[in-house]
Amino acid sequence: MSKNMKTFIFVALLVSLFLAIFISPFASSHPDGLEKVAENKGFLERGEEWAAWKSSPIPDYAVPGLRGDALATGAAGLVGTVAVFLIGYGLASIIKPKSVEQAKGGPKGGQ
Amino acid sequence: MHIPDGFLDAKTLITTAVVSAGAVGYGIKRANEKLGERQVPLMGVTAAFIFAAQMLNFPVAGGTSGHFLGAVLAAVLLGPWAACLIMAVVLVVQCLGFADGGLTALGANVFNMGVVGGILCYYIFVVLKKALPRTRSSFLSAVAVTSWFSVILASAVCAIELAVSGTSPLGVVLPAMVGVHALIGIGEAIITTVVVAVVLSTRPALVGSYDLPIIPHPAGGETQ
Repeated sequence: MSKNMKTFIFVALLVSLFLAIFISPFASSHPDGLEKVAENKGFLERGEEWAAWKSSPIPDYAVPGLRGDALATGAAGLVGTVAVFLIGYGLASIIKPKSVEQAKGGPKGGQ
Repeated sequence: MHIPDGFLDAKTLITTAVVSAGAVGYGIKRANEKLGERQVPLMGVTAAFIFAAQMLNFPVAGGTSGHFLGAVLAAVLLGPWAACLIMAVVLVVQCLGFADGGLTALGANVFNMGVVGGILCYYIFVVLKKALPRTRSSFLSAVAVTSWFSVILASAVCAIELAVSGTSPLGVVLPAMVGVHALIGIGEAIITTVVVAVVLSTRPALVGSYDLPIIPHPAGGETQ
């Protein structure tokens, strides 16, 4: 990866972390489009009766046990953004063509 | 528009899950053939940005909020199949880690936001781009219109799934979903267009669907 590319990725990740940690506590807490429609049209409770997965470590984007909504939400943003970055990066590294590695030293590789 | 458990019936859950699994599987195969070196970290950071931006609910009319979807952003940067993979990664983490979107509805959520929002809307974007003059501003206009439309289309498909499942009649749920998401889509269009414009002016080679000649950056940052 070129230095420019590294810088771009680093800055983009910092922006994402900034949004997730410091801006997310100010997000609107109103129901989203689907929730509001479900509420108005009377089928919201269908979605609240049961959940197939009950072991979410950070339910509803608030880290349990942290005092203050802003802290709990910001921490959830930090953990989630880092996790998604690592999983996305990891998945792409695993599935990218093998020739990419080889091409690094080849005539088309290197910058 | 993350669907929780309990909204959709078994046939809808299974159908959408099968299609989504196929799209993700084919997406992995395509990425395995096409993904370049610079796209690897870009996939990670695009997914991270989408996750972060999806946390930022903004108010729309009548005590309702909306948030960024990001599927068209991912598709414009990385292509339709990588976009579907990115949406799947974000949705799996949101579902398992944050209880956002039901586990049984994961296939439906990947279908609505990854297959419809990412793959289908990418091809709508391509058609729109070809119909417009080959300029930077037309490219950005196509990004804006497609990203706005992607939210509406995904919400319409969500409404159809709810109707097919017998949760709410189509005549009731479709206009309600499309109406509110036509507003939420404006936020989508603004965020997507601003981000694509910023990437175009800093690292244009990262905008995979941009096929106009890249003018070298005055600062000399562009190596492509």
